[in-house]
Amino acid sequence: MSNDSDIVYFSKQEKIYPRSVKGRYRTLRWLAMAALLGIYYAVPWLRWDRGPHVPDQAVLIDMPSRRAYFFNIEIWPQEVYLLAGLLVLAAIGLFFVTSLFGRVWCGYACPQTVWTDLFIAVERFLQGDRNTQMRRDKGPWTFEKVWKKTATHIVWIIIALCTGGAWVFYFNDAPTLFDQIRHFDVSPVAGGWILGLTASTYFMAGFAREQVCTYACPYARFQSAMFDPDTLIISYDRERGEPRGKHKLGQSWEGRGHCIDCTQCVIVCPAGIDIREGLQMECIACGLCVDACNDVMDRMTLPRGLIRYDTENNYQARKEGRPVEKPLRLLRPRTIYYTLILTVVGAVTLYALVTRTKVELHALHDRNPLYVKLSDGSIRNAYTVKILNKTHQDRSFSLSVGGMAVRETKIVSSGDIDPRNIGVLADSVGQFRVMLTADRQDSPRKEIEITATENNGALSAGSGTVFMSGEEK
Amino acid sequence: MMDDNNKPKEKDAVSGIETTGHEWDGLKELNNPAPRWWLWIFVLTVIWSAWYWVVYPAWPTLAGWTAGKYGWTQHQELKSSQEEITTLKGKLLERVRTASLEEVRHDPELYEFARAGGAASFKENCAACHGTGAEGRKGYPNLNDDDWLWGGSLEQVYKTIRVGVRSGHPDEHNTQMPSFGRDGVLKPGEMDEVAEYAAHLHEGGTAPQTEASPRGKEIFAANCSACHGKNGEGNPDMGAARLNDEIWLYGGGKEDIYSSVANAHAGVMPTWEGRLPDDTIKELAVYVHSLGGGK
Repeated sequence: MSNDSDIVYFSKQEKIYPRSVKGRYRTLRWLAMAALLGIYYAVPWLRWDRGPHVPDQAVLIDMPSRRAYFFNIEIWPQEVYLLAGLLVLAAIGLFFVTSLFGRVWCGYACPQTVWTDLFIAVERFLQGDRNTQMRRDKGPWTFEKVWKKTATHIVWIIIALCTGGAWVFYFNDAPTLFDQIRHFDVSPVAGGWILGLTASTYFMAGFAREQVCTYACPYARFQSAMFDPDTLIISYDRERGEPRGKHKLGQSWEGRGHCIDCTQCVIVCPAGIDIREGLQMECIACGLCVDACNDVMDRMTLPRGLIRYDTENNYQARKEGRPVEKPLRLLRPRTIYYTLILTVVGAVTLYALVTRTKVELHALHDRNPLYVKLSDGSIRNAYTVKILNKTHQDRSFSLSVGGMAVRETKIVSSGDIDPRNIGVLADSVGQFRVMLTADRQDSPRKEIEITATENNGALSAGSGTVFMSGEEK
Repeated sequence: MMDDNNKPKEKDAVSGIETTGHEWDGLKELNNPAPRWWLWIFVLTVIWSAWYWVVYPAWPTLAGWTAGKYGWTQHQELKSSQEEITTLKGKLLERVRTASLEEVRHDPELYEFARAGGAASFKENCAACHGTGAEGRKGYPNLNDDDWLWGGSLEQVYKTIRVGVRSGHPDEHNTQMPSFGRDGVLKPGEMDEVAEYAAHLHEGGTAPQTEASPRGKEIFAANCSACHGKNGEGNPDMGAARLNDEIWLYGGGKEDIYSSVANAHAGVMPTWEGRLPDDTIKELAVYVHSLGGGK
């Protein structure tokens, strides 16, 4: 005996037709969209002169040459720790903003939100607003329906193609690649990325939309953990709104709430929820329901803000007749320690960035054998020495050893390399096998320093290492 | 109790959501249906796996496994990528084959290529005796130092690898040191004196400066200097070890030297000619020579 048969475990997702709305937050979203998309599409085209033989693209991640360029900053793979610093800053920054203003990232800046918003705008422009779309979708496949749907998808795909294309521009010289794309002559890798990102944009913004935020996005989930009673959230003022009900013109507001149950807040919601049920995990805090409700309140000649960005503490204070804190309570333990972490990580990253040197030396002591005894009793150690020349000129260096008297410095190579004239090409790493011969030292493990000093120049770099002349006890 | 999973559905008071009727120890399950597309993705992954079984090797059978439509194997993958590397290496290998050792040494590209190739071949063929870092051990020469039984020039190292020591190769390296003790050439007392002398030989560097054992010196001059040299400087042409240095293949203490004099050592190294292609032997010579002891 089972009554499981009538339980639905999987439900068909209803398409959301958000109605267009005007207002302060809608304007803010348009501005954010314009700025973010503008940055995204325009930045690869910015030029930045770095001299000959170096890319002149302001922002470029050059995978084949293992270099990343950001205006006057040039990053080598050895400096990826800076990226780690940046990512930590981004993460803590998100926590910080979220604890103050709630999920504004979700509502205004997340690519999923921005592109979905753009796709909805296209859909609305070509197919009409909510009611028109709903009516047409229910109706038969007329010629009008076919061409309007087709046109929508074509525009979506064009936008998606531009999106995928722009992404690849960050990894290639943009004008060159654009020329290649124009002549359908792109590498399989670039082509694959363009097509893949075109498909994902088309699919994510055209179809998956709020489903991504609700079911797939981890940020949407863990941002709730950064909320506290002083965080701005979209709140419906239940005290003022209830009991809700239809309202006729001229009817008194005595003994009833200000919510006229017009469902405008539900109709405009891109996440398809009813904010009057309270804060929900689907809510991306975009504020469109605030705009919609304010519009209605204006027409009712009631004060705005039945739905508004507010904090839980303020809501409770109003409810209990206590004074409301305005503006926001900024200083809270949460915001203070986020600020502290941001400051510390930011300072460390910045310090690492500005104290980078143009030349680096890394000395790796041979592990096997640790040392070699020579016929005359002297001891020889071998090292792999790498000299990083991050400048854009070829340079010559002189190798010296500190902390110990060296009998002979030899570089193993095809020709003879003079340790006082080691050439390292511009923008590259010179790797040398260096052998130091010295008398047996008093300690089996002697701390020494190998330094490369530029000939005819001021650059130098060194690295501490050891000279072994026996087994360590 | 069979119907614990089948209680009537009810509306949950807090959330306003209907339960599924499932209950476990008083915990009731709310029915929040997952989106249908989620199910479709699951179905798609199942279809994908079925496709995978058709295309790739997948199921074990009694005699082996299902091979997959295109016969893809990891062995094949390895083979083809090795072939790719061989093709890439082919051009340089050809040059190593035709060039002389000195030409390889003076061409930076060939030199680095040969050195890298030699390092890999060394680990495969030579490390068993000489150690992975060519550091050697008692009886097996350290190839990093500047003491060479058979000479440390590129050409000499190449020849030693090629012909080996007591290897049976027509041109093999061989030494003729007698077992002074076993064969009764020297008496134990004499061997003791000469060992005493030799043990102090190295202290002076290139020339002996010790009078530790004048009697030993005489015995040395009469029995050893023909091969090992008047001052114990050795002779790489006949594989006679240099004795006036700090490097002792079988130990430099008096006891060790006594044993060497009494029994004589006869180290063995195989010939690599015929076992390894000539270009590999050349690469090995370049690598060993680059370790630092090369002359």
